[in-house]
Amino acid sequence: MNAQLFALAIFDGVAYAALVFLVAVGLTLIFGVLRILNVAHGSFYAIGAYVTASVGGAIFAAGLSPWLAFPLMLIAAVLVGVIVGGTVERLLLNRIYEMDQVLQILVTFAVFMILEDVQRLVWGVQPYFEATALNALGTVEVMGITYTAYQLIFLPVVAVAVLISLRLFLRRTLAGQLILAVTEDREAATAIGVDADRVYLVTFMVGAALAAFGGALASATTSVLPGMGAEMIVLSFAVVATAGLGQIEGAAIAALMIGIGRSLAVYLMPELEVLVPYIIMLMVLLIRPQGLFGMAESRKI
Amino acid sequence: MMGRALRIALPAALVLAIAVLPVFDPTSQVLLTLALAKGLAVLGVIVLLQAGQVSFGHALYFAISAYAAAFIGHRFGGGELVVMLLGGTLAALLAGLLVGLFVVRYRYIFFGMLNLAVSMIFFSVLEKFYYVTGGSDGMQVPRPLVLGVEVGRDGFETILFYGALVLCLAAAWGTHRFLNSPIGNMMRAIKTNEVRLEYLGVSARGVLLVGYVLSAGLCGLGGVLTAVAQGIVTPEYAYWIRSGELVFIAILGGAGSVGGAFVGALIYEFVRTYAAAFAGDVWQMILGIVLLVVILYGPSGVVGAYHGLIDRLTGRGSRVRPGEPPAPRGAGAAK
Repeated sequence: MNAQLFALAIFDGVAYAALVFLVAVGLTLIFGVLRILNVAHGSFYAIGAYVTASVGGAIFAAGLSPWLAFPLMLIAAVLVGVIVGGTVERLLLNRIYEMDQVLQILVTFAVFMILEDVQRLVWGVQPYFEATALNALGTVEVMGITYTAYQLIFLPVVAVAVLISLRLFLRRTLAGQLILAVTEDREAATAIGVDADRVYLVTFMVGAALAAFGGALASATTSVLPGMGAEMIVLSFAVVATAGLGQIEGAAIAALMIGIGRSLAVYLMPELEVLVPYIIMLMVLLIRPQGLFGMAESRKI
Repeated sequence: MMGRALRIALPAALVLAIAVLPVFDPTSQVLLTLALAKGLAVLGVIVLLQAGQVSFGHALYFAISAYAAAFIGHRFGGGELVVMLLGGTLAALLAGLLVGLFVVRYRYIFFGMLNLAVSMIFFSVLEKFYYVTGGSDGMQVPRPLVLGVEVGRDGFETILFYGALVLCLAAAWGTHRFLNSPIGNMMRAIKTNEVRLEYLGVSARGVLLVGYVLSAGLCGLGGVLTAVAQGIVTPEYAYWIRSGELVFIAILGGAGSVGGAFVGALIYEFVRTYAAAFAGDVWQMILGIVLLVVILYGPSGVVGAYHGLIDRLTGRGSRVRPGEPPAPRGAGAAK
């Protein structure tokens, strides 16, 4: 493998890691606060991609500026987070916080099954492809490799921006502090007057919006088709588990590991492409069951 | 007393009805065989649910034994049904032991998703190494001999059906005994409070491993029967949707008792065969909605609802049955 091919693999990996990170960070945020592993998270990713690709296709066909693609992604993400995410939390999840963990996972699994068919009913099975945003940014040349600026610069910058702003939001704003307080001890936070239900709702909507944002950004680089949500939930879980559940910064590092590992496999051993994320996860969990950055949880007698 | 009689009467009538149905309606025979085979796999999932653990990858063992049966068939010129059943189940047990040694260290989400990861790896291996496994086209499973005798198609299907019925009864009885044995009770203790179990000097991992291997074996038995009944195995056997289906049926039928596995599997297979044709586009959505309704309004499933009905008819208070969800605890509490 020569240096150029290696660089190409790294670029692919970084671009991919940026997308996976956005989805994974939403998943880990929801888990950290609600203590629920949201299997339906992959659906939010897919719906974000579908909304962006279909609305984008319509407005660019009508002759609007290609630069509208960027605000569109943000709007799509927020809408999916608030409407779909908000509905799921209010109608379903807030009835199950007291339930067995197994049943909680199954409820989100059921939501996932329902949303998969909803996507098929709304958007059909034909793939959508809408690369206006990708083309609008043009290409850059690094080390003699021509690569799209969208994937090489824009996606990583967005991912880092999300990471930093999420950190600032949680540490510096009142809403963020409330979320941390409820995460630490729901009962104590409720006792001093924090509306825990509201915190759960907001967290879930933010997490869902992050997944949808990942989907919206991904829609410019790949065809949007049925099954993409299933693939993403498994992959983002691998990232979250590798990092340690609830670890936001860790998710970024794990996403890079898995993203780059995967794209190296594409060039070196294409058969292993699908397996690399699982293998990385299994190796990490074999040595550190709580994940790379997770803390061992205390057990209550 | 009346309650006890009722509790036995309906299951016995159901078994009898299943046994004689193919005599009147021969077309139902293969469908029933497949439903029974699936019931065995669901039984495996129910064993783990007793310990409060859910696996999203148990189709793995279903597929391993199905492929083992296919290989036996190809290597030994058609093969022998008994050898296939033993060989396939043994392969599933070994795989269960190997994977189990690793996954029993984890609980809840990790347990579920690690099982999923292992099954997805196996699924990809089946697809990628097509020169061994036939890739996504799968492998044919030749009709095997039965105890050394070659049987025609109709005869074979009848033997397979009654064989499956006997195996299911034996497996249900054996699993019931297992769950009520000391080790079965220890498995339930993993769900309620694992640390206390360890304070008694019991290795929770060891207990869960025994349950895990048993559940893999049950899935394996179901896998061989399905492979032989369908005559073909494909990588789709190991796909996560299959694993999800097993969990779904367990919840639908009732995860608290062994009967739930078969009741759930029979309902599921019949509804799927007759309703999926009309609702193919929204099939997953229907499953999802039913799953939500069962979890939110009847978490003990069809079998639990039946027992509840008898309790009400005979005027008995709601007694707590093993395997039902324990009292709710705070969502934010540390585990």
